[in-house]
Amino acid sequence: MYRAQVRVRYFEKKAYDLFLQNLVKGTSHLAIGQEAIAAGVAAALRPDDYVFATYRGHAHAILRGAPMAAVLAELLGRQSGLMAGKGGSMHLTYAAGNFLGSYAIVGAHLTIANGAAWSARYRGTDQVAVAFFGDGATNIGAFHEALNLAATWKLPVLFICENNLYMEYTPIATVTAVARPAADRASAYGLAPIVVDGNDADAVYEVALAAVARARSGEGPSLVEAVTYRHGGHSRADPGKYRPDEEVAEWLAKDPLPRYRERLLASGANPAVLDRIEAEAHDEVEQASLAAQGAPLADPAELERQVFADGGATWRR
Amino acid sequence: MATLTQVATRTVTYREAVALGLAQEMGRDPTVVLIGEDVAAAGGVFKATAGLLERFGPERVRDTPISEQAILGAAMGAAMTGLRPVAELMFADFLSVAHDIVANQVAKARYMTNGQLSVPLVVRFGNGAGLRFGAQHSQSVESWLMAVPGLKVVVPSTPADVVGLLAAAVRDDDPVMFLEEKALYPMNGEVPSGEHVDQLGVARVRRHGKDATIVSLGTMVHRSLEAAAQLATEGVECEVVDLRSLVPLDVTTVAASVTKTGRMFTVEENPRLCGWGAELASIIGEECFYDLDAPVRRITSPHVPVPAAGSLEDAMLPSAERVADVVRRALG
Repeated sequence: MYRAQVRVRYFEKKAYDLFLQNLVKGTSHLAIGQEAIAAGVAAALRPDDYVFATYRGHAHAILRGAPMAAVLAELLGRQSGLMAGKGGSMHLTYAAGNFLGSYAIVGAHLTIANGAAWSARYRGTDQVAVAFFGDGATNIGAFHEALNLAATWKLPVLFICENNLYMEYTPIATVTAVARPAADRASAYGLAPIVVDGNDADAVYEVALAAVARARSGEGPSLVEAVTYRHGGHSRADPGKYRPDEEVAEWLAKDPLPRYRERLLASGANPAVLDRIEAEAHDEVEQASLAAQGAPLADPAELERQVFADGGATWRR
Repeated sequence: MATLTQVATRTVTYREAVALGLAQEMGRDPTVVLIGEDVAAAGGVFKATAGLLERFGPERVRDTPISEQAILGAAMGAAMTGLRPVAELMFADFLSVAHDIVANQVAKARYMTNGQLSVPLVVRFGNGAGLRFGAQHSQSVESWLMAVPGLKVVVPSTPADVVGLLAAAVRDDDPVMFLEEKALYPMNGEVPSGEHVDQLGVARVRRHGKDATIVSLGTMVHRSLEAAAQLATEGVECEVVDLRSLVPLDVTTVAASVTKTGRMFTVEENPRLCGWGAELASIIGEECFYDLDAPVRRITSPHVPVPAAGSLEDAMLPSAERVADVVRRALG
């Protein structure tokens, strides 16, 4: 799990570097500070489980096996991108790893995760579906529709709220009727209120493991609120200046990575092993970055491909 | 295309044809499932899914809460992972509540993922006016859907087409928006007795003629045919083309007819602006300009919400008389 967190952190830092070099266009949303949730949940899943994420989805794509070079190439608009440049940062998808998409309309994918969970049960598998979403999604209708349907149909799905305390630029507490935006809504759907320290990968893992077991055994969905903090702004356009300095400092002190490293060392891990994990992640990211920057731009011939199942975009005869 | 003249037929209503088509596909393919509000125990508010729960059981025919986003989201997620769901959205007007799932999610999934995801689902809607339901239960939404890249849009005008095009929609690997015309649910028609599968994107010439081409869709096909019959008594022979689907759009059949007649009229139930006929008129204007003897004329509803009172709704919808009148004046 340390390796997972380090890989994501280094990847996101590289994505930010490339943005500063004006190589990443459009928008992107980084998960620096939130790695423990992605790593903890990913460790509790099987390769055949389904994962759905938000536009802040680089971490989840990588932890479902998406090659870093292809993800970076997608951010850079290259032909070798994960979706040949058609999706971009906010729509990363890696079907080979059952990472069934990053969704940029807040809350929509919770309803879609239900469908994958229903399909798994219908087909007689014990796969589960996981939907990650931000605290802001708890105030949109699709969240409530999805929770109610999942509970009513007892679907094998995990709803993981990555509560980073801000919906875009606004403190979630100032726009939400309850203190815990996800957990305080759970009882409305007959679910237990689960809050976990989202900066502690082990704690997240334990909670996810229990929720996965519940889902696999047919007991229905779980709603988990993992409390965390993004170290940067909402998106690349946002310096995050609306957040009090003390608050930022307090959360930087709770950075999940050094915290996890210290825990490993305290439990007797060899520091050289941890150093090697960091060095390997560093090399992986650097190689991916070189490969992505060396790749050709997305081919304009792609423009009218893959609109329809015949591979093209023909709408007439 | 199993429609052969020798094939034995039976008479069913447009409403019964929906359940017939669904049963045909569900009986053939266990991955076909049906969800929606009231579709199971109640057999649908339009009674178009009566008997399916009894035949296929509660895991394949599922009632949902009044949660249009959850319904279409569940259908999409299931379609991405191996099923071929059919979701009913009841009144087509409710599309607006779930337009995110349709326009942002379902329609774009294949493209944004460069073909990694496939969404083979069918959404059924009760579309159109004529039942005095007022502005939020009577709209024609086919032109809304036609405007979104990635969707196929089908509007059957007969019970046989309901079965054949629904079967084709279920078997299609793209998301198909299947618009059932509410006003046609009681209509009787002949349906082939055996398995019936049609083809999406192929228009039908419902009446042959040499003087003018009337292009129409759904309920308006029947009004166009009525108008053509009236005009025939006056010596004007109209060709009536039933588009049957807007995406794919069968320009070939329309253009062939226009080349022959030199005149084109569209008969559209939708309000005036941005109706499908405007797109078709622009295509025919570009591609058949030298075959046209006169500008394309569009006959649509006025650009107003659908009113509730019968006298108002009747005045809004293109009638056979209005169609005949416009054609008559244009040719006069």
